[in-house]
Amino acid sequence: MSKTVTRMLLIDPQEQTLAEATVDALPRLLSERDLFVVNDAATLPASLAAVTARGEPVEIRLLEGPYGTHVRAVLFGAGDFHTPTELRPAPPALAIGAALYVAGRALAVAHVAACSPRLVVLRWPGSAAERFALLYAQGRPVQYSYVPKPLALWDVQTVFAARPWAVEMPSAARPLRASLLLALRAKGLRIASLTHAAGLSATGDAALDAMLPLPERYEIPAETVKQLQRTQREAGRVIAVGTSVVRALEDSAARHGTPRAGQATAQLVLGAHSEKRVVTGLLTGIHIPGESHYRLLESFVDGQTLARSVELAQRHGYRAHEFGDAALIVPGLALSKGLAA
Amino acid sequence: MQLRDKVALITGGSQGLGLALAHELGRQGAKVAIVARRQPELDEAVHGLHAAHVTALGIRGDVGDKLAIYALLGQVQAGLGPIDILIHNASSLGPTRLVPLLDTDCEELSRAFAVNVLGAFRLSKAIVPGMLVRGAGLVLHISSDAAVNAYPGWGAYGASKAALDHLSRTLAAELGDSPVRVLSIDPGEMDTAMHRAALPDADTASLDSPHHVAQRIARLITQQDSPNGARLIAAESGLAS
Repeated sequence: MSKTVTRMLLIDPQEQTLAEATVDALPRLLSERDLFVVNDAATLPASLAAVTARGEPVEIRLLEGPYGTHVRAVLFGAGDFHTPTELRPAPPALAIGAALYVAGRALAVAHVAACSPRLVVLRWPGSAAERFALLYAQGRPVQYSYVPKPLALWDVQTVFAARPWAVEMPSAARPLRASLLLALRAKGLRIASLTHAAGLSATGDAALDAMLPLPERYEIPAETVKQLQRTQREAGRVIAVGTSVVRALEDSAARHGTPRAGQATAQLVLGAHSEKRVVTGLLTGIHIPGESHYRLLESFVDGQTLARSVELAQRHGYRAHEFGDAALIVPGLALSKGLAA
Repeated sequence: MQLRDKVALITGGSQGLGLALAHELGRQGAKVAIVARRQPELDEAVHGLHAAHVTALGIRGDVGDKLAIYALLGQVQAGLGPIDILIHNASSLGPTRLVPLLDTDCEELSRAFAVNVLGAFRLSKAIVPGMLVRGAGLVLHISSDAAVNAYPGWGAYGASKAALDHLSRTLAAELGDSPVRVLSIDPGEMDTAMHRAALPDADTASLDSPHHVAQRIARLITQQDSPNGARLIAAESGLAS
């Protein structure tokens, strides 16, 4: 998308100070003892156009990749992404066993959630390779009503995207271009990765949105655990790129006391009073009160400082969406760099 | 780089050197994904790899098409995991028979560059930063002596391979001392379908077999001593085939 320089709001929760920079300042702002942890999940073409047996159009938004035969999804009725999610009509009522046809192939409704008829489990026959072939032939990335031109898969990948686990782009990493990764490495900062199946940001259904984030799969490589331990020994800061990385690392630490290598499903939902065991800082987008991401930010920053940051972001025209600007929350940021509040 | 359990993506992997590399890397324990444009050849190649007990996945796709890149990478990495070894092997001659540059259609030259250069560029762009954050990776560009020497009739192919070599050198220079290795390899003249298409009357007895060249390339992959950005000639590797 846009190649304009991404602005970056700096928040020092320790000093309760705010400052402004661009993402190119990251190598200067951080120390060589610090560790960046990124989510290397690629973004799936998670939106599928389907029809019911009666020919009614339905949009299927997958909540996870079709690795197994049973796949969680959210359904939308007629219309497309030009209509904001919250204004989209509900899907037609579907009984268990009802078929949704994608390019002539039938996916069957296997379960409908009690809390919302939009939240379903679909049974998707065939091998995993066949399911992914159909998905990549027919699916499109989840679109955003504020982006007028349809987004292609290229538009929604981070530079280090690998396994397709995410149904929406882990967008906090979008400003991290290869040149910035190399500049961070040249400064001596270390970068490690994990894979987290970032889920939908909104469903347009108040009951469902209140449940976000849903449980999400993640995998932490052994190498990343080693880097985390080294950072702790050297009293460096662990800076998560994106809320999905915070969730994965803290979920693993909550289970085992410290992050452990391997796969698990994140159940943890972080809020103002959550204790954090691993992550000290966060590079993220600009979030506004009411979003689940905002609640997670409250685990890093006191409410008053966070509210001041939102006010500053709005006053200075920061863009608060997937392709918008960035915020860096790191304790000791202002103190060490003499940045003005 | 040791090959056991590594994931290798080989473009143009359904025949010739690409398929021979898939067998050789697979024999040494790598999981291989091959990408090719035609389904029957792809199915046959994957069948042969499975018969040889290689963990293999075949994805139909055209690296000359920008929109195909993430679709094929998504399927490969959903099936096998993050890519450790990327081998740019898919090649288009340009014209189907060798003709002088001045008789080469503009579209034929475009096609050679679309596959041999742009395809490689797009895949590297989409894969190498991930290798960087995971802390390891290898990118191998399959070149040709036509990239260095001017052979009448090989203009489209030779110019595209020269560009590919330069892509390799520049990528290596930009990555500096990073953990990602970038190499270019001239495999030498081999008895392949491409060679027969280019020179139908050539004496195939004098040509190397893709199988032997693949063994040499596999040894170059497992050795760490070639400098980053190097252009290697398989036949001069000092390794008996």
